[in-house]
Amino acid sequence: MHTLSIAEMAEGLRAKKFSSVELTDAFLARIAKFDKQLNAYVTVTADQARAEAKKADQRRTKGEDGPLLGIPIAQKDIFCTRGVKTSCGSKMLDNFIAPYDATTVAKFNQAGAVMLGKTNMDEFAMGSSNETSFYGPVRNPWNTKTVPGGSSGGSAAVVAARLAPAATGTDTGGSIRQPAALVGITGLKPTYGRVSRYGMIAFASSLDQGGPMAPSAEDAAILLRAMAGFDPLDSTSMDKAVPDYAAQLSASIKGLKIGLPKEYFGEGLDGAVAKVIGEAIEQLKKLGATVHEISLPNTGLAVPTYYVIAPAECSSNLSRFDGVRFGYRCKDPKDLHDLYKRSRGEGFGAEVKRRIMIGTYALSAGYYDAYYLKAQQLRRLIKNDFDEAFKKVDVIAGPTSPSVAFNLGEKTADPVTMYLSDIYTIAVNLAGVPALSMPAGFANKLPVGLQLIGNFFDEGRLLNVAHQYQLATDWHRRIPAEFA
Amino acid sequence: MEWEAVIGLEIHAQLATRSKIFSGASTDFGAEPNTQACAVDLGLPGVLPVLNKEAVRMAAKFGLAVGATVAKRSVFARKNYFYPDLPKGYQISQYELPIVAKGKIEIELESGEHKTVGITRAHLEEDAGKSLHEDFHGMTGIDLNRAGTPLLEIVSEPDLRSAAEAVTYLKKIHSLVRYLEICDGNMQEGSFRCDANVSVRRKGADKFGTRAEIKNVNSFRFVEKAINFEIERQIELIESGGQVVQETRLYDADKDETRSMRSKEEAMDYRYFPDPDLLPLIIDDAFVEGVRKTLPELPDAKRERFVKDYGLSNYDASVLTTSRELAQYYEAVVKAAKGEAKLSANWVMGELLGALNKENKDITQSPIGAQQLGGMICRITDNTISGKIAKQVFEAMWAGEGDADAVIEAKGLRQVTDTGAIAKIIDDVIAKNPEQVEQYRSGKDKLFGFFVGQVMKESKGKANPGQVNDLLKQKLDNK
Repeated sequence: MHTLSIAEMAEGLRAKKFSSVELTDAFLARIAKFDKQLNAYVTVTADQARAEAKKADQRRTKGEDGPLLGIPIAQKDIFCTRGVKTSCGSKMLDNFIAPYDATTVAKFNQAGAVMLGKTNMDEFAMGSSNETSFYGPVRNPWNTKTVPGGSSGGSAAVVAARLAPAATGTDTGGSIRQPAALVGITGLKPTYGRVSRYGMIAFASSLDQGGPMAPSAEDAAILLRAMAGFDPLDSTSMDKAVPDYAAQLSASIKGLKIGLPKEYFGEGLDGAVAKVIGEAIEQLKKLGATVHEISLPNTGLAVPTYYVIAPAECSSNLSRFDGVRFGYRCKDPKDLHDLYKRSRGEGFGAEVKRRIMIGTYALSAGYYDAYYLKAQQLRRLIKNDFDEAFKKVDVIAGPTSPSVAFNLGEKTADPVTMYLSDIYTIAVNLAGVPALSMPAGFANKLPVGLQLIGNFFDEGRLLNVAHQYQLATDWHRRIPAEFA
Repeated sequence: MEWEAVIGLEIHAQLATRSKIFSGASTDFGAEPNTQACAVDLGLPGVLPVLNKEAVRMAAKFGLAVGATVAKRSVFARKNYFYPDLPKGYQISQYELPIVAKGKIEIELESGEHKTVGITRAHLEEDAGKSLHEDFHGMTGIDLNRAGTPLLEIVSEPDLRSAAEAVTYLKKIHSLVRYLEICDGNMQEGSFRCDANVSVRRKGADKFGTRAEIKNVNSFRFVEKAINFEIERQIELIESGGQVVQETRLYDADKDETRSMRSKEEAMDYRYFPDPDLLPLIIDDAFVEGVRKTLPELPDAKRERFVKDYGLSNYDASVLTTSRELAQYYEAVVKAAKGEAKLSANWVMGELLGALNKENKDITQSPIGAQQLGGMICRITDNTISGKIAKQVFEAMWAGEGDADAVIEAKGLRQVTDTGAIAKIIDDVIAKNPEQVEQYRSGKDKLFGFFVGQVMKESKGKANPGQVNDLLKQKLDNK
């Protein structure tokens, strides 16, 4: 059952080949069997999942139907889920039971999806390897000595190992796409404002965006339809109709103009990865696309710009974790100062602290203009690069990550090397445009992801291109042998 | 050499919206602690602010009322600092681009002179919660009911030159926000608070001295006292060779002094930056024009109209326009009194305000309605009762004994205007006082008042005084 696509599962439920309870149990059994190897779930909500599945079956008996009715999914532990621990991968929130549902969670509930559990992640979504989690690193199902990427590493791993048919992720600088690439699944970061951020614990508010992670573009299209849309509780969400992404999948991509940014194929890109990306592009050409070299001249500025803006916003966003109202509180605080100092000092991990300090510095009087303001100016230049590019081409293609999955511990000593693993994904967040990563083959027996970047609100086209590619290839169907 | 004080005020007016500025929770005062704080007000992980449009409308209304620019684009910023009653660790405020800029307001000084005070800006922000240090033995209680209540911070130019001027300005803004119905002005409950920036300089100097900021002074009287104390303190300090340091000071009403809270060195770096959770606030002309249509007649215009239309003195008009409710009440009285503007003003300002003051009530709590008072004034002008008897009627109405007519009827206070009846009383009085009649007739004119008094007494005050005069004169003079 676990190898079926979401559409096939829905078909099976419709045809009464199996019930949602059976489907859910099958995945719960796989989780029980395999998750010890992966550490991908922080919380498995087995009882709740069975109850939800039962409810979904009842809804179906009453004549209801829907693409997600009775389909199990996993939620990244950054989305607030009422009555269920929402840790954000941090000791700070290890005791936090959210009293409300994030809009995305509420939408999945309404659609009748069944939550299997909450997935592990880098602490407060800060990391590219899932090694900053308070709950320990997640392992890549293709090679458990390697990382699954981050920050949505848990979601990526559960989908790759089919411990869930699909999962949600969030992407601030590549946190959906990079892990999707490293574990060989399809992950989409929508246009900023496409998916509500309400109830999604903020890392960097102007960059954060939730999105689907699933084996295929077809699955991702179904998830995105459920997640997207205006939310009156999120002032930055866009009041724009949500298209039927699944209906757009079958269009031919003949004549599609694909831009290849020369900056994404230069120094730093692993040769074996480059080769796989080249082959994937050849495949797209075979499907009728034309390829054009383009330039995104400010690509080199993306990482430094991001590492001012994201920490600046996070330094403020994470101020609410002060030990006063919820979350971790140090033992026997002497006074207010001690309460703050120790609660935050003991509750946050090293990477989170590093970013809070960078951000605090960047916003300080006397440095604001030189760092934050300058970074905002650069951000505009980076966005202009994309605006210019999309005057010439329909989508931009390139590698998602410069290398395949690296070994656990390999980059933890040097944060800057770690930051550079997001070199191809970060500019997209700064510009606000949508992008997806899809499996394009293997290098050194590890998955390689092809990134497709689209113009604002062009998610439908990205999914269409990915789906057409997936009709012609089977990379997205590969499951690591250990988890077959 | 003479000293001059330079004062600017930062006024925090809580906007009278029903819900909070960034959440749907109620803003009612006095609820049980933490019962009016929703997920957004508590700053729970994942929550986001959504701007209350009503707060924007109220801020724009204020802007228009002080002739300011209502910004087409303003930006919410985060002011970052840690405090237990600040749930998010930052306050959402406006920093570089406020919604209201460059306004002004005219105040009348004690000398009668008029002075224009500049309003640098007014911006929207959220209030914090309250820290309760008593009742918790070595701990602090946090009540977040107030967290997220909308505030309009109104910042004046340093145009004020004395504590008295500062209070006049403060009262003027206080009256204005209540006229505009954007703030209830309740200073005890903290809906209208003020910080004062005070410095001194030698008269004629063109540079400002170093200023101290006095925090949260919450009554007109304390504002005046705190500023005066601070001016004296600074002058004494400089004259004895010291220097004023830039700092924040707290006014202690019990000791009537200000004392240092934190110096500039300890001043916090608030790390302001635009709030990425809120888009810039864009206001179009149609919105502003819509708000303009809701502007009531403002105090100055109303005062001028009262002078012109009702023939009142500038002083009377000022008193009657101090609040919108009082002005409304007065106008209703005039209408009910069929246009007797001057008499109405006398009754409202004299008898009524006197009685209200005595019981510490404001006009909205008056037991006598405007219709009632106007009705009573009609009975004076149509000679049913005299002005003197009217005071009895007023007291009865105050005590809830009904309208003027009912009181007059019940108490038999109707003025006697029947010439025959009055003549009979006069005849009696003349008959009873032959000696006085003799004296009067032999030239002691002053005794006329004695006869009037006797007749009024006999009539229990009800005889029409004019008629009494005329008839008495006739009878006494025509022997």
